[in-house]
Amino acid sequence: MMMPELGKYAGAVLSSYAVAIGLIVALIVVSVLRARRVKRDLEEVENRGRGNGTH
Amino acid sequence: MASIWRYANPRKFIETTDRVLPWVSTAALAALVAGLAWGFFFTPDDYRQGSTVKIIYLHVPAALMAINIWIMMLVASLVWIVRRHHVSALAARAAAPVGAVMTVIALVTGAIWGQPMWGTWWAWDPRLTSFLILFLFYLGYMALWAAIENDDTAADLTSVLCLVGSVFALLSRYAVNFWNQGLHQGASLSLDKEEHVADVFYYPLLLCIAGFVLLFIALVFLRTQTEIRARRMRALQARERLG
Repeated sequence: MMMPELGKYAGAVLSSYAVAIGLIVALIVVSVLRARRVKRDLEEVENRGRGNGTH
Repeated sequence: MASIWRYANPRKFIETTDRVLPWVSTAALAALVAGLAWGFFFTPDDYRQGSTVKIIYLHVPAALMAINIWIMMLVASLVWIVRRHHVSALAARAAAPVGAVMTVIALVTGAIWGQPMWGTWWAWDPRLTSFLILFLFYLGYMALWAAIENDDTAADLTSVLCLVGSVFALLSRYAVNFWNQGLHQGASLSLDKEEHVADVFYYPLLLCIAGFVLLFIALVFLRTQTEIRARRMRALQARERLG
């Protein structure tokens, strides 16, 4: 794919894409990392509970 | 209709969304990549706005999602208030950060687009102002959830806040029609062919909107699963502390 000719508005267009895509990727990464951490922590708590008979 | 309430069971919700999530995520990625690539690389410049028209593929879907995510949160909050299903309250909580990010994208891309077109980054225009207030409501909603320890109390209070904020979500959508003033244009999307953007921009825009909607669904499924697990973990830890 050839880079389109953006002319004098190149800065505005490219910065819009950079900010938006950056924010979306950050949101996805944060959501996935927290999902993994909470899942792992819950498994630990459940295993601990089974071990001492509280759950 | 009664069957929909099966998904209010946290275990059933996680089982079902686990099966659906890979498909929705893949479809979201495909639609976003295809829509943004189509819009960025294969559409012409607008005769008045030049290449800045390419910002439409981010700005319009993000603005649409910012409003509609709040409406989804309102529906989920009403389900909580009426039927006391925890999954619906947690789904509203899970959706809020996604809505906040969409609002920021709409505000930032709007400012970047506005500077060369209007000659200013910001104006106290009805739509821009109501969007800023909507963003503040998102922040307040998330802060309220974080500030209250008891999950049920937090769900009750945030549901009321969500009801109040809905006024601004609707104002954001219809501000241009209510006050026929300000810099912001009318709807870019309309069933009236005379009113909406030209077809060459319209079809990639629809694909981008589909991508944003699918991305939201995938993120809400994932984040609601996380909230369900976090809630269960808090309950188990409380039980441990009691001995």
